[in-house]
Amino acid sequence: MIQYIIRRCLYAFPLLIGVNILTFVLFFFVNSPDDMARMQLGQKHVTEQAVKNWKHQRGYDLPLLWNNKVQGQEKITRTIFYQKSVGLFFFRFGVSDSGRNIGADIQQRMWPSLAVALPTLCVGLLVDISFALMMVLFRSSYLEHAGIVLCVILMSISSLFYIIGGQFFIAKLLRLVPISGYDNGMAAIKFLILPVLIGVFSGIGSGARWYRTLFLEEVEKDYVRTARAKGLTETQTLFRHVLKNAMIPILTGVVVVLPLLFMGSLIMESFFSIPGLGSYTIDAINSQDFAIVRAMVFLGSVLYVFGLLLTDISYTLVDPRVRLS
Amino acid sequence: MLTACDLNQLNNPYPVDEGKLSVLYQSFSERPKHLDPAVAYSENEYAFIAQIYEPPFQYHYLKRPYQLTPLTAGKMPEINYLNKQGEKLGEGAKDSDIVYTDYVIDIQPNIQYQPHPALAKNAQGDYLYHQLTREQIQSLNTLNDFKSTGSRELTAEDYVHQIKRLAHPKMQSPIAEIMKNYIVGFDDFSKQVSDKQKADIKNISMAGLEVINRYQYRIRINGKYPQFKFWLAMPFFSPMPWEADVFYDQPDLSAKNITLDWFPIGTGPYLLAENNPNRRMILLKNPLFHPEMYPSEGEPEDIQKGLLTDAGKRLPFIDKVVFMLEKETIPYWTKFLQGYYDASGISSDSFDQAIQFTGSGGVELTGSMKKKGIRLQTLVETSIFYMGFNMLDATVGGNSERARKLRQAIAITVDYEEYISIFRNGRGVAAQGVIPPGIYGYAEGIEGINPYSYDWVDGKAQRKKIDAARQLMTEAGYPDGIDPKTKEALILYFDTTSVSIDDRPTMNWYRKQFEKLGIKLVIRATDYNRFQEKMRAGTEQIFVWGWNADYPDPENLFFLLYGANSKVKHGGENAANYQNPEFDRLFEQMRNMDNSEQRYRFIQQLQEIVRHDAPWVFGFHPKNFSLFHGWYENLKPNSMANNRLKYTRIDTNARAEKRQAWNKPIFWPLLLGALLFVLMLIPAINSYHRRAMETLQ
Repeated sequence: MIQYIIRRCLYAFPLLIGVNILTFVLFFFVNSPDDMARMQLGQKHVTEQAVKNWKHQRGYDLPLLWNNKVQGQEKITRTIFYQKSVGLFFFRFGVSDSGRNIGADIQQRMWPSLAVALPTLCVGLLVDISFALMMVLFRSSYLEHAGIVLCVILMSISSLFYIIGGQFFIAKLLRLVPISGYDNGMAAIKFLILPVLIGVFSGIGSGARWYRTLFLEEVEKDYVRTARAKGLTETQTLFRHVLKNAMIPILTGVVVVLPLLFMGSLIMESFFSIPGLGSYTIDAINSQDFAIVRAMVFLGSVLYVFGLLLTDISYTLVDPRVRLS
Repeated sequence: MLTACDLNQLNNPYPVDEGKLSVLYQSFSERPKHLDPAVAYSENEYAFIAQIYEPPFQYHYLKRPYQLTPLTAGKMPEINYLNKQGEKLGEGAKDSDIVYTDYVIDIQPNIQYQPHPALAKNAQGDYLYHQLTREQIQSLNTLNDFKSTGSRELTAEDYVHQIKRLAHPKMQSPIAEIMKNYIVGFDDFSKQVSDKQKADIKNISMAGLEVINRYQYRIRINGKYPQFKFWLAMPFFSPMPWEADVFYDQPDLSAKNITLDWFPIGTGPYLLAENNPNRRMILLKNPLFHPEMYPSEGEPEDIQKGLLTDAGKRLPFIDKVVFMLEKETIPYWTKFLQGYYDASGISSDSFDQAIQFTGSGGVELTGSMKKKGIRLQTLVETSIFYMGFNMLDATVGGNSERARKLRQAIAITVDYEEYISIFRNGRGVAAQGVIPPGIYGYAEGIEGINPYSYDWVDGKAQRKKIDAARQLMTEAGYPDGIDPKTKEALILYFDTTSVSIDDRPTMNWYRKQFEKLGIKLVIRATDYNRFQEKMRAGTEQIFVWGWNADYPDPENLFFLLYGANSKVKHGGENAANYQNPEFDRLFEQMRNMDNSEQRYRFIQQLQEIVRHDAPWVFGFHPKNFSLFHGWYENLKPNSMANNRLKYTRIDTNARAEKRQAWNKPIFWPLLLGALLFVLMLIPAINSYHRRAMETLQ
């Protein structure tokens, strides 16, 4: 298995270089270093000299990918791409164009994101699976049909509506929790109840339907019939056997997103004033802060690759038949 | 968790024990980019640093028109005019004889810096944290992790040090390029220190700066520039102890994001105790703040309004100011109505809920707002939004009679009163000229109207009828908007950054305005970068632009039309590239004058030239509507003073009572929901049992 993991890591390397180059080219295709300088320097009294100074101070006065003015390896190393992007492979994210250390910012902001995303995922999984099992338990009855209709309705509503509706009903009308905000430690709980609740509720429709499909496929299999023939009740069959055997596709969906939970959710964090990473990239794009954009895109790619690797490994844990080679 | 919750106020986003403290709660929607006073230049940055840093002068809180008063200075600056040899000129010296001006500033003694680790010393008098090792820095994450703090007295040297910082190329100060034209030796100093660290500039002198003694310093500027005193009231000219640069220049500290741009050090009424702009920023009362009293003079009506009740009392009144990040308007507005924010702006979503128009066209609060004891404060900002014509453009630009009449016709046609009503909920005043109300030279009544676009009817300005504009179009050679060259409707181009779908109504409105004259307006929407490129290259035709006055002097607005500031030729702020020798001559005279009857006349002449030439359609001056709860005291709008927090007082008992009354939780719908859920389970359980029995049978 170790060999497999090493091989996957090596495969990831050219992939990450490709992502890096693509981000770089796309960003600089839209924004020149001059544009970045003007955005950072503000609206008033921005002279050509000020733009020149800004670029020089931050190393944006170098050529983008190839430096003809120097000799040897400096042709590559004395470029914006090399100077700004190579450190990423060592997780040195550097300093943002507004002067902040990106690594420190990410470290600070990922925990609030995780504080919302992790409970939402766990509770959501529990609720979705329970609801799906209930539908399977009552399959072919009016309860199942009602459940499906409910799921379709829930799926059809925009997540923004859940957020605004939840804030209006629970925080504004019933005044049960703060409408937005965040705090450290245990004091954060009262701020997390509403976003987690809304996150879970808005995911029930799609989640429960997806798991129901998985469970329905399982309940038709021979081993379930055997279990019933042995006299197991329907609940015992479902919870002991069907659930266990449906774990592989469930894991596929869940494990791959685990590392990305750090990245947060833009809308959720924005509406609930959660100081997470959700808006970090968008804010950076708006302020044309290339340093943050490349760092976050790189980090996103690494976490996604890592998530896929974790999924593969988790297969071996839940299904002894699977061997990684 | 239970200790942090008050069961009578479950939605309280703040710690329960803060309830009755003198804490002011405000919000911000965008994190300030910079808190270093050499770099910060935007309103959202000034909201913080103006409470922390103290330049030598400030604007009087109550007096109008805006008036400078000493802050850390003992008195207003002594201004000396000098000839080429540096000899002092007598009173009434001619402008042409003045080669330099000296500003001599006296600082009050016994002003202390806030407690700060950069100033902490050990028993031997050595600085504790100026040479930190990597291991020491490893355990630090914020400024609060330093165990010791220190302070010292403010000296004239600190003000001089800050001006040197403005010149340092590594600082990227936005006013460096302006100041190099004024402060003697600024540019040379900048070149001299370009390869040096900020901490090293302490012992390098700048020709135009001199520390006369511990409490007195002198700034020498080129020529005469009376507006320089206004710059001395801006945070750029706040003091900076050299120790701060030595402390923050330690490289491993910046890797921890412990920088001067993040953790200020000032002498002001507040210090920044927490800086997490992704969540909240907290200002605490500076325990070492020097004695400063609430003003005892103001405008005559201030006594009636209760604005002088606190006269002579020591500032500040508030112990703690909490700024919470609120990006979305819905939670922000809800929290304000729940009493968790003490003040609020009014977004367009909540405008109808808060404001109603009276029969006479005025505005007032709606009944629900009045019931809550909320107060409305309006202020016409010292800003202007205008529609500019590129004067280098072959169709709309130039000094020809044809182009001028075309511009004048458009100026009549684009109905900014309608714009304000539709798109700004009435929050604006149609501009009659360059100068907004509140700035010297603004004329009220018939004298102040733009006679080329307005008539004075029944005691108020009324936009001319569209026929007048059509007549001008005919005189310009475009009868009914027909271009004689193409024999079709004249096509004009409107360059804008408004690319989103939300901007479509505004763009359609502009199109319709031009259609009244038979002109076809083509919207050229591009992103911000391309738009800036067009403006720099002068390839735009018509655009909308704005300016917020840095200081209350007409020079800071008329310079937007000064020929030597044209954007294309000189990279300046004259975005319309307007050039009129007569205007330039008058402007040069006016800018160097002290306020006087003659200066007022010059200003009116400048207005007349610009109204006649019409390089701009004078759009509107925005009107700010703010809401404040009844417990918010000492409210007076002031668009110049940024350090207003120290005058604010909160009636904390009234606030606590109102919050309790407004935020009682309602539980019965939850119980009802639980009951319904149980009822829904009953048929499910019955069904399950029935099916189980069926299987067994």
